[in-house]
Amino acid sequence: MSAASVPPHRSSPNGDMSHKSVLEAPDIRRALTRIAHEILERTKGGEDIVLLGIPTRGVTLAERLARRIEEVEGRPVPQGSLDVTMYRDDLRLRPARALGRTELPPEGVDDRVVVLIDDVLYSGRTVRAALDALNDLGRPRAVQLATLVDRGHRELPIRADYVGKNLPTSAKETVRVLVEEVDGRDAVLLEAGK
Amino acid sequence: MTYLIKGARILGGEARDIRMEDGVITEIGTGLAPKDAETIDADGLIALPGLVDLHTHLREPGREDAETVESGTRAAAAGGFTAVHAMANTEPVADTAGVVEQVWRLGREAGHCDVHPVGAVTRGIEGRQLAELGAMADSAAHVRVFSDDGHCVDDAVLMRRALEYVKAFDGVVAQHAQEPRLTEHAQMNEGEVSGRLGLAGWPAVAEEAIISRDCLLAAHVGSRLHVCHVSTAGSVEIIRWAKSKGWQVTAEVTPHHLFLTDELAETYDPIYKVNPPLRTKADVEALREALADGTIDCVATDHAPHPVEAKETEWSPAAMGMIGLETALSVAQAAMVDTGLLDWAGLADRMSVRPARIGRLAGQGHLPVPGAPANLTLYDPGVRRVVDPAASVSKSRNTPFAGLELPGRVHATFLRGRPTVLEGKTV
Amino acid sequence: MKQHLISAADLTKDDALLILDTAEELASVADRPIKKLPTLRGRTVVNLFFEDSTRTRISFEAAAKRLSADVINFSAKGSSVSKGESLKDTALTLEAMGADGVVIRHSASGAPHRLATWVRGSVVNAGDGTHEHPTQALLDAYTMRRRLGDLEGRRITIVGDILHSRVARSNVLLLNTLGAEVTLVAPPTLFPVAVGTWPCEIAYDFDAVLPKSDVVMMLRVQQERMNAAYFPTVREYSRRYGLDARRMDALPDHALVMHPGPMNRGVEIAAEVADSTRSTIVEQVANGVTVRMAVLYLLLGGSEPAIGNSRTEGE
Repeated sequence: MSAASVPPHRSSPNGDMSHKSVLEAPDIRRALTRIAHEILERTKGGEDIVLLGIPTRGVTLAERLARRIEEVEGRPVPQGSLDVTMYRDDLRLRPARALGRTELPPEGVDDRVVVLIDDVLYSGRTVRAALDALNDLGRPRAVQLATLVDRGHRELPIRADYVGKNLPTSAKETVRVLVEEVDGRDAVLLEAGK
Repeated sequence: MTYLIKGARILGGEARDIRMEDGVITEIGTGLAPKDAETIDADGLIALPGLVDLHTHLREPGREDAETVESGTRAAAAGGFTAVHAMANTEPVADTAGVVEQVWRLGREAGHCDVHPVGAVTRGIEGRQLAELGAMADSAAHVRVFSDDGHCVDDAVLMRRALEYVKAFDGVVAQHAQEPRLTEHAQMNEGEVSGRLGLAGWPAVAEEAIISRDCLLAAHVGSRLHVCHVSTAGSVEIIRWAKSKGWQVTAEVTPHHLFLTDELAETYDPIYKVNPPLRTKADVEALREALADGTIDCVATDHAPHPVEAKETEWSPAAMGMIGLETALSVAQAAMVDTGLLDWAGLADRMSVRPARIGRLAGQGHLPVPGAPANLTLYDPGVRRVVDPAASVSKSRNTPFAGLELPGRVHATFLRGRPTVLEGKTV
Repeated sequence: MKQHLISAADLTKDDALLILDTAEELASVADRPIKKLPTLRGRTVVNLFFEDSTRTRISFEAAAKRLSADVINFSAKGSSVSKGESLKDTALTLEAMGADGVVIRHSASGAPHRLATWVRGSVVNAGDGTHEHPTQALLDAYTMRRRLGDLEGRRITIVGDILHSRVARSNVLLLNTLGAEVTLVAPPTLFPVAVGTWPCEIAYDFDAVLPKSDVVMMLRVQQERMNAAYFPTVREYSRRYGLDARRMDALPDHALVMHPGPMNRGVEIAAEVADSTRSTIVEQVANGVTVRMAVLYLLLGGSEPAIGNSRTEGE
């Protein structure tokens, strides 16, 4: 999961923290549809793309994108998940944590255009870890990045190719992406710092 | 020097003054005038006869890095003892008149408490051939207790002969009861804990089988048997039965077997490794009861000093044994007096009178009465202290009570009227 | 347990499942072109082997190296240890070298406990005397889980020298934690006297438990046990407690045959059983690396160990 997202069990979305919803289910649906079209456009019809979601919510978003693209193009898009835990640069700052799943489609990643999908783009460190992880799995022809929310505050020279929403935030705030499949509803919440 | 002890509770009774002159108690009463005596305020202290240990390892000659006669007897005095029996498993073994006289002489020179060497039963404590028991008995050391302690005299014929032979000089064989084949590579009490920890077991039956046999042998030849460091409930039953027959069987228990259990091995810290091993709670309870009802005659420390490196190891290669002289009285108080099993008179009986009688020590083990030798321990039962190994008087630090809070503290010890400990410090 | 893996009893059910799940994810590393993760880069793992065990040492070494740890192999033979240096002095040496993790194999039960009092790094028990071998139990559980799924309620039969087996001790504890039902089978001489207090069943009759076993794990029988009169002859032992083709036929169809190795073919296990499709013996070796990677990652990968702590946060 990305550094900016917080597992839902730590505090309930309707808990005492003040939060406001910045995207609701229809907004997310539209954003993903737009990203799907942009991907097709930028990859000339998505001939040889592979969608890789970064666990946990990036995987869900990748699945939805794959469905959208399939609806448009009428053929399945290879997709999978890429866990970056073992490649993180902040491992030593927290207790070792459970691993997410890495599952490549049978096509692999060699010579393909890999689109990484994460829920929130923040410092860029997760994406950096993902690039390293990808490097150990094969040699894509190109790597692109899609994110539902770009909240700024980059600490590395990384930018997204596809952005659902640019969300100016302060570093004290927390951005949480909720998805139906994991959290029971779709939303993007902006929570004030403690 | 004349001393007047003011207001000591003799054997825990009413406060009395005790005058000691020329090594003898000359007067006991209230409001005694100091005259020219040095006065010691004993308000709140208990006066006990000087303690007698039947089982001490002084390590000299041979392992002076662990203990010397001087350091060991100083530790004994600090613990309230006025006499110790020095075990024979030195290097060389105390199996000749020459070695026992050397140990005896070193004790006299140190002067902290009487040292009565124990003679080995067999040459080199190898269990093959009797040592010259008569020569040791006749020597200046006047040996009456014989033991191969550390090893069991497991050969039934040798044991029988030893028991018979020492009758000639009223000696006693003190047996380390350990059937050797049942305890090969044994590391700790065999039971639930040993199975879980994967440490080879030292079964109770290995002790009880030897005690049973020895009781029968002692009865058969009409001799005196003393059982060292009884550690199991089963052993208690056998000794109780032997005593009920009128056989001359006596027994001792160590402070650690009265207080600690085998679960301590879970730390794998060899500070808890000892022979015989720490047993279970049920055994501890049986031992306490047996000491209270007299089935077990006395407390003996089995003070076994070891250098640090012998204990700072894995469990299996570590040396067996614990030091105990300086904590014996406190542990006995906690186990027996504070629990109501014995009063102070009873404890004096188990830690002085009876062990002196078993060792045939004429000058020790006398209750404080006018005319008795002035061997006294003044003990403060009211304080509590945390055992600090670094503060031990013994050269070694291997106390299993480290860090435990125990009751009581020896305030002063007098050996024939001369203080060996004053204000809790050895003189 | 806070920092170390010394006994299988140190692991809660959550801990054990986390290790097994992590191993599950790490298994794919073996099939990748680059069989290496950067996770423990800059961390030092010392393999401290006082007892010969090439297989276990190599397994830990491969696990540490696949996680990019620096590995130092310290074997007692030919080192200062054989010249009488104490475990404590060795521990202080490792401390000076800055070992983050120490994997120790030792012939004395409890040696890892002692080591843990002298070093700051995490201690992993790779087998101590006749006490425990927790990573073996973990790889066994992992192997069973891959073949049989959830171990809850599964019936595992462990046969052989229970008294001297560190594998049996760790397996009983771990399998019990995971909800399996363990039955130990051995001649009465090869049980600890208080085995009745263990969280398992005991049996003397191997044939009676075969039909209700999901897994049969055979333990190695040492020749030296025979000389100490634990059983009359190897032939008699083999007849009563060996797993041969006839006994294998009495097992349910899905049942597995396991052995921690090294095997005495023809003694506790017949060659045709060891080589049968039920046998997981080769798989166990491969799984060893994966499970040990998971253990090393969870102990050394973060700011503090992820197993053995009661954590409130899920991250």
